[in-house]
Amino acid sequence: MTAAMTSSRGHRLGRAVSGGVPLVLVLLFVFLSVAAPSIWGNDASASNVAEANQSISAAHWMGTDDLGRDILARTVVATRNSLVLAVLATIVGGCVGIGLGLLSAMSRRLSRALGAVINVLIAFPALLLAIFFAVLFGIGSVGSVLAVGASFAPGFARITQTLTASVVSKEYVEASHVLGRGPLYRTFRHILPNIAEPIILYSTIHIGTAVLALSGLSFLGLGVQPPVYDWGRLLNDGLTRIYVTPGVAIAPSVAIVLAGLTFNLAGERLSDLIGGRRSAPPARRRESRPAEPSPSLAGGSLLDVRHLRVSYPAADGRLTTPVRDVSFSLAPKERVGIVGESGSGKSMTAAAIAQLVEEPGHVEAEALRFMDADLLAPDRATQHLLGRNMAMVFQDPGEALNPAIKIGTHLIEPAVIHLDEKKQDAKRKALDALRAVAITDPARRYEQHQHELSGGMKQRVGIAIGLMGEARLLIADEPTTALDVTVQRQILRLIDRLGEQTEAGLLFISHDIAVVSELCDRVIVMYAGFIVEEAKTGSLLASPAHPYTSVLLAASPRMGLDKSEPLMAIDGRMPGPDADLPGCYFAARCPHADSTCLSSRPPLRVLADGHRAACWHPLTEPGNAPTPEGVTI
Amino acid sequence: MVFAGRRLVRLVLSLLVLLAATFIMVHLIPGDPVQTALGDQATPQMVAQRRHELGLDLPLPEQLWRYVLGVVTGDFGRSIVTEAPVSDLLTTRFPNTLLLAAPAFLLVILIAMPVGLLTAVRTRGGRGRHVRGWFVNVTGLLNSIPDYVLATVLSLVFVVTIKAFPAAGNDQLSSYVLPVVALVAGPAASLSRIVRVEALKVLDAEYVRAAKARRLPAVLRTWRYVLPNMMTASLTYGTMILAGLIAGTVLVENVFGWPGIGTVISQAVIQKDYPLIQGILLVLGATVLILNMVVDVVLGVLDPRSRLGEL
Amino acid sequence: MAGLSVENLTVRYGAVTAVRGVSFDVADGSVLGLVGESGSGKSTVARALVGLTPSAGTMRINGADLSSRQARRRVQLVFQDSRSSLDPRFTVEQCVMEGLVGFRRRDASARVAELLDLVSLDPAIARSRPGNLSGGQRQRVAIARALAARPDVLIADEVTASLDVSVQAVVLNLLRRLRAKLGLTMVFISHNLAVVQYMCDELAVMFNGRIVEFGPADEVIEQAEHPYTRSLLAAIPEMGQRRLLSESAVEASTVTDPPPSGGCAYRLRCPIGPAADPEREICRTLEPAATAGRVHRAACHFARERDESIVPRA
Repeated sequence: MTAAMTSSRGHRLGRAVSGGVPLVLVLLFVFLSVAAPSIWGNDASASNVAEANQSISAAHWMGTDDLGRDILARTVVATRNSLVLAVLATIVGGCVGIGLGLLSAMSRRLSRALGAVINVLIAFPALLLAIFFAVLFGIGSVGSVLAVGASFAPGFARITQTLTASVVSKEYVEASHVLGRGPLYRTFRHILPNIAEPIILYSTIHIGTAVLALSGLSFLGLGVQPPVYDWGRLLNDGLTRIYVTPGVAIAPSVAIVLAGLTFNLAGERLSDLIGGRRSAPPARRRESRPAEPSPSLAGGSLLDVRHLRVSYPAADGRLTTPVRDVSFSLAPKERVGIVGESGSGKSMTAAAIAQLVEEPGHVEAEALRFMDADLLAPDRATQHLLGRNMAMVFQDPGEALNPAIKIGTHLIEPAVIHLDEKKQDAKRKALDALRAVAITDPARRYEQHQHELSGGMKQRVGIAIGLMGEARLLIADEPTTALDVTVQRQILRLIDRLGEQTEAGLLFISHDIAVVSELCDRVIVMYAGFIVEEAKTGSLLASPAHPYTSVLLAASPRMGLDKSEPLMAIDGRMPGPDADLPGCYFAARCPHADSTCLSSRPPLRVLADGHRAACWHPLTEPGNAPTPEGVTI
Repeated sequence: MVFAGRRLVRLVLSLLVLLAATFIMVHLIPGDPVQTALGDQATPQMVAQRRHELGLDLPLPEQLWRYVLGVVTGDFGRSIVTEAPVSDLLTTRFPNTLLLAAPAFLLVILIAMPVGLLTAVRTRGGRGRHVRGWFVNVTGLLNSIPDYVLATVLSLVFVVTIKAFPAAGNDQLSSYVLPVVALVAGPAASLSRIVRVEALKVLDAEYVRAAKARRLPAVLRTWRYVLPNMMTASLTYGTMILAGLIAGTVLVENVFGWPGIGTVISQAVIQKDYPLIQGILLVLGATVLILNMVVDVVLGVLDPRSRLGEL
Repeated sequence: MAGLSVENLTVRYGAVTAVRGVSFDVADGSVLGLVGESGSGKSTVARALVGLTPSAGTMRINGADLSSRQARRRVQLVFQDSRSSLDPRFTVEQCVMEGLVGFRRRDASARVAELLDLVSLDPAIARSRPGNLSGGQRQRVAIARALAARPDVLIADEVTASLDVSVQAVVLNLLRRLRAKLGLTMVFISHNLAVVQYMCDELAVMFNGRIVEFGPADEVIEQAEHPYTRSLLAAIPEMGQRRLLSESAVEASTVTDPPPSGGCAYRLRCPIGPAADPEREICRTLEPAATAGRVHRAACHFARERDESIVPRA
C-alpha cells in the first residue's frame, strides 16, 4: 500500500518535473534576460572596495567579488549575456549545419564529400573545435559565439542530413517529382515541414549545451572578456578564491546547471508532445467473464483455448482488446488455420498461446492448456515442456534470427537447454535438421550468419530450429507473407512434409485463405478479435455460413475470374481494438445486418457437425436446431 | 581485412585534414601571428627574425611541407613564448591527460551499460513509468552539470570543506578520485540514456521474441541476443563520448591543477602561442581519430553488420 | 497503335544491372501486367518510366518522346504503400492539388472535389489528413492525385499489396472502372498472378531484369511457354485445391542468386534445363533471345516444350 502510494507520488513528481516546470523555468530565464540588467544592473556594477571579497552574508547572499560587487546580482544580470550568446551560437550552428545537411542530402555527389567531412568533424570534441575556432575568430564575445556555433554545425548537419535522407526517400517526395514539381517546391513543401519538429527539438536542447560550452570557454578565459561577464567568467573568478570564500562559486554554478537542465527538460517535454507519448496511468480493470455454460472438452486435445481475451491499456487510459473472445481446440496431428485481415487479432492469439504477450498486455482465459500444462499458471516445468514441444515460425525470417550469432548457435540452443544434449550431439542433430529442410551445404551454412542467407533459406532455418526439440505443435505466424510465391510454395511443401514426418500439430496463421486452405484440415476465421466462423476446410469453402467469410472468399481474386464482372467488395473498416460495441462487430459492413445484429452479439453456434458460426443470420441454415448445448466454446 | 584497410585509409585522410586545418589556422588568423604573439613593443627586426626562425617567411607550400615533415618526425616546433620544443611539453604532459581520460572512459562504459540495460528492461512497453521518469530526470540533471562545475563543487566540498582529498597534482592515487568522478558523471548519464534507447530497440526485436518463444533462459537471452546487438550503436556513441571526455579533461585539469595538457592550452591560447596550440590540437585530435578507428575495427570484427554502413 | 512504347530500357545501379534491355508496347487504352519475383526488376521499370531512376533506352507515348519533365507528367505512378506516398502533413485536398498545374485556387478546389468523386470518395474528406483515412481511402486519394495530372499512362506498382482482401477488391474495381471511363493506358505491376489476370489484357513475365515471356494475358496463363512462368503459375495457391503440394513444375533448386553471366539466368532453377537434363548444354552457354515477331513469345531455348508432368490448365 505504502509502496504503491510512494510510487504514484514519485510518478506524479516525475510528471510535474517533465511537465510544467520546464515551461516556468524557460519563462523565468526569458524574464531575467530582458529585465535583470535594468533592475539589478546598478547592484551588479556598483563597486564597493570596503566590502570586497566577502563571503556569504545577509547583505550579500552569495558574497562579493574583489571589487565588492554583489555576486548574486552579477549572476542574475549575467543571464542576458549567457543566454543571448547561447541562442546566437545555436542559431549560427543551426543555420550553417542545416544548410550543409540539406545540401548534402539533396545531391548525391555532394553527399559523399560533405558526408565525409561531417564524419571527421563530428568525431572531434566540440570543445577542441571551439578552441580551434576561438583562435581563428579571436577571443571575446563574437569569437566565442562563432566558435561554439561552428562547433555545433557538424552535429546539426548530421541530424539534418539523416532526417532529410529519410524524408527524401519517402514516396510522397517521389510522387511530387513524378507530378513534375521542382526541387525547391519539394524542399519547402515536403522536406522542411517534415524535418522541422526534430530539428527544433534538437535546437532547444542545444541552447542548453551552448550555455555550458560558452561558460566553459569563459571559464578557460577564452570567452567573453572583462568588463563583460557571463556565468562562466563569474565561475572562473570565483574559482581563484574558492579557498578563501567558497560561497562565490555557488551562484554561477547553480545558474549554469539550472539553464542547462531547463533547456534539456524543455527539449524532452517537446519531444514527448511531438511523439504523442502522454503519460497516462496504466489502466488495469479486470472484467469478470460472463458466466456461460462451457461444456467439457473433447478429451485428448493438444491445445485448448477457451474464452481467450488479450487486452492492453491504451494511451488515454482506456483498455484496448485486440483479442476479444477466442475459443477453439486442436487435436494431436491436426492442422488448423486461422485466417483474418490485419487487426483481426490472429497473430495476438498465436502470441498468447506461445506466451509472448508481455506487460502491459494482459491475457485472460477460462482455460489455456497445451498438452499437460496450464499456460495460465506456467511454472518451470512448463517452460521446458514448451521449449521442447512447441515450436514457432515467424513472419519475417530475417528479423527472427539474431544477427550477432551463427546459424548453428540458434539450432543447438534448444537441444542443449531443453533436452540436456551435449554440444557435439546437438551439432550433429542440427546438421541433420538443416538437411531435412533442404539446405544445401549444411556444414557451411551452420557457420554463417543470417545476413549471408536468402529470405527463403532463413525461413528454412526457422523451421529447422523448430525441428531441434520434439515439437508436438508448430505455430506458424504468416510464415510465407514476406516471400515470393515460388519460395512460398517451397516453404509450404516443407511444412507439409515435415508435419507428416514428425506428426506435429499445426496452427497456421495467415491473411490468405487460399494458402490456409491448401494446408489445413480446419479453418478458423477471425474478425475484430472474435472467431466468426470455424469449419472443416472443404465445408467452409463450399458453404460459408458467416457473411464475412463469404465476402472474404468472393473478394479474393483467383485464376479464371470473369473479367466482365466487378469483384465482390465491401468498403469500410474493421472496428479497432478500442471499439466497444454491443452487437456484432461486422454488422456495420454486413449486407444482411438488421437491428438485432446491432444490438446484441451473436454467439458462436454449431450449425452442423464441426461447423460453427457467430451470426444471427447464417447463410447456411443450421443442420440441427440449436439446442442449449449448441451454444458452445 | 578489406574493411580494416578502408577504415585505415579513412583515418589517414582524416589525419591529413587535421594537419591541414591546424596549419591553415595560423595563416587564417587576422594580423601577423608573430607580431601579436610578441606584443606591440617588438621591433620590426625582432619580428622579422622570429619569422625567419619559425620559417614563416618561406613560400606556403614549402611551409606546409616542413610542417608535415616536422610532425611526422615528432618535431612540432618551438613555443613562441618559452622557446621550448613543443614536443617536450607534449611528451611530459600528454601521458598525464591519458591517465585521467582512460580510467574515466572505462568507468563510463562500466556504469552506463548495466544502468541503461536495466532501466530498459524495467521500462519497456510503457511499463515502470515512474522508473522512466526518474531515470530521465536524473540523467538529465547529471547531463546538465558541466564537468568543470561539478569539479568546482566537488573541490569545494571534499577539498576545501572536508579536506578529504588532495587539492592538486597527481602524485597519489587519491588525487585521481575527484577528477575522475567529475569527468564520469555527465558522460555516464548520457551514454546510459543511449544504451537504454538501443536496448529498448533490441528488446523489441523479433529475434528476441523468437528466443523467448524457444524458452531460452533470460540470462542467455540477455548475453547472446540483447547485449551483442546493442553494442554496436552504443559503442559508436561511446566513441563520441570518449571524444567529449578528452575535451572534458581540459577543463577538469584546470580545476584540480592536473599537470596534463589541459592546463597548458588555455594559457597557450591567451598568449597566442600558435605552435603550442597546433601541437596540442594535433595530439588530442589524432588521439580521438585513432581511438575512433580502433573501436570501429573492433566492432567490425565483432559485428559484421556494422561494416555495411561504412564508406 | 501504340499508346506506350518502350525500347531497350536498361537501368544500372552501380555495378548491378537491374533492368536489361526491356522492350514492350502497350496499346492505347489497354492494360499490361508486369509480374515477377522480388528483384526481377518490375518496380525498377516503373520507376524508370516516370523518371525516378536514370535509365538508358527510349520511351514514347503515341510517338512522342518522354524526356522532358513536362512530358513525364503524362506518365503517372501510384505507389504500393499509401501510408508513405501521401505527405502526413498535407490535407487530402493539398495532396490531390499537387497534381494540378495552372489552376486558380477556386477552380482547383472544385477540380479536387470532382476527382475525389471520380474515385468514389466523399469530397467532404478533402480537409482530413491521410492519417485519419483507411488504407483503401488513402490509396484512392493517391489515385486521384495521379489522375489530377491528366496522365495518358497510369502505372500501378503493387497498389493493393498492402491492403486487406476486402479492400483490395474496392481498389481493383475502381481501377477497372477508371480505365473504361477515361480510356487510360495502364501498366499494372503485381506479384499476384490472379489479380494480374483479372486486370490485364497483356502480360509480361520478368526474371532477373529481363522479360522472359510476353503475350496476351489469357494465352500466357493458359499456354505458358517459359518454364519460369509455369513455375509461377504452379505456385499460386488456390482454394482447397492442394495444388501447391503437387509435383508439377517444381523448380530444380532453391538457390536465388543468379548464376554467373552467360547462358540462361534461370538455368539453376529450371525444371527442364540443365539442372534436370545435363545434356542441355546450350542453356549454360547461350542466353536465349526473346524471339520477337510472334505475338506470344518466350525467352527460352525449349520454350515450346512441355514438361510431361504438367497437366495443362483447363
